[in-house]
Amino acid sequence: MIEVRNISKSFDGKQILHNISSTFKKGRTNLIIGASGTGKSVLLKSIVGLVQPDSGSILYDGRDFTSGSKDLKTDVRREIGMLFQGGALFDSMNVEQNIIFPLNVLTKMPKDEKLDRVNICLAKVGLENVNKKMPSEISGGMKKRVGIARAIVNNSQYLFCDEPNSGLDPQTSIKIDNLIKEITHELNITTVVVTHDMNSVMEIGEYVMFMYEGHKLWEGNNENIFDCQVKELEDFIFANNLMRAVRRQKDQQ
Amino acid sequence: MGAVTTIQTAYNLISPLIPNYVISLVVRDMTILELAPTIMSLVFAGKVGSNIAGELGTMRITEQIDALEVMGINSTSYLVLPKIIASLITYPMLVTLAAFLSIYGGYLAGTLTGEITGTEYIYGIRYDFVAFNIAFALIKSFVFAFLVASISAYKGYFTSGGALEVGVASTSAVTNSCIAILLADYLLAQLLL
Repeated sequence: MIEVRNISKSFDGKQILHNISSTFKKGRTNLIIGASGTGKSVLLKSIVGLVQPDSGSILYDGRDFTSGSKDLKTDVRREIGMLFQGGALFDSMNVEQNIIFPLNVLTKMPKDEKLDRVNICLAKVGLENVNKKMPSEISGGMKKRVGIARAIVNNSQYLFCDEPNSGLDPQTSIKIDNLIKEITHELNITTVVVTHDMNSVMEIGEYVMFMYEGHKLWEGNNENIFDCQVKELEDFIFANNLMRAVRRQKDQQ
Repeated sequence: MGAVTTIQTAYNLISPLIPNYVISLVVRDMTILELAPTIMSLVFAGKVGSNIAGELGTMRITEQIDALEVMGINSTSYLVLPKIIASLITYPMLVTLAAFLSIYGGYLAGTLTGEITGTEYIYGIRYDFVAFNIAFALIKSFVFAFLVASISAYKGYFTSGGALEVGVASTSAVTNSCIAILLADYLLAQLLL
């Protein structure tokens, strides 16, 4: 479980995050949604320690990550797996080397065991026979899957995904969403996904937090999101024709 | 460089009172003291410096550096330190090779054009040899290698933005490295010679 308590962050005098608090529970997919430029990625980067918040604290299963010692931060980071927007695969390494990388630097596992882990993770994300391919030789969707495999190879307890569907076709997006949900349930980990894709919200939004101009305006899940009474969230949801159609259908029922 | 220095020195030595071996003596000292370490470092900045800045800049904008940080790896020591150490090891070797090739190039140019005989050339490069010049060239090469690698790594590591900024970082790495090299060149000459 990750607890975010009163996080605020400013850049060059402009406040990006306003006193955000939330709890991301274990074993469910937690989504942070909102339009572009609302501070979702800054919040995610604050949670994983890439950005130092101005105030507030972040607790990983009770461990204070923001003000903890360097050793504690390193320990927590070793339990974190992250899927970046573009995959962030290392260009100079092939798929296998990318996935094995966290094991090489963080563990003393024997080589055979590491290779087994790589193959298990690749099978889990539905990829086979790509071990020796370079990142430039695989598609965007495959890069995302390799990114997920790399994120979970070290038995991560916390999985973070920054816009996992950006740049993907609808079918691949659904596959990635389902993969994230499956992994979260199967491994019983805490997953936080930043997205502005309403399809993802409907597919995997077991907990949804809506952000608007750096404020948390609403929290709930994909079942009660249509009943929200927040104008900004309604505007966000029904900007999409498909969602308007879903709303009409629901109203007719 | 050695070949050009040989031909130009021969062209300028019009007095019959000056012996021919002075040509190779000039080539030797110019090569060891200045041409090999300094000119090579400018080439090194253009090739290796831009490469380091471009690679780190691309890693930064594609979030590869963030990925390392999230894994709990100190990205600076993982990415920058090996580049500096590799430069410190390889650049002095490159300077040594460049100096050898330059002096050998001078020999070929001088003997093939008939400006100087092989015996005179060999005599000249051995005449009044100061061993400290070699140490000076190596000290310069260590300093220049450190400057190129660290300035370029800094420019690349702190790139922000997109592909355009990677190009800017790469260019800036080369120009800043060249300026730093020339300043350090003067300072080292003043301090050590």
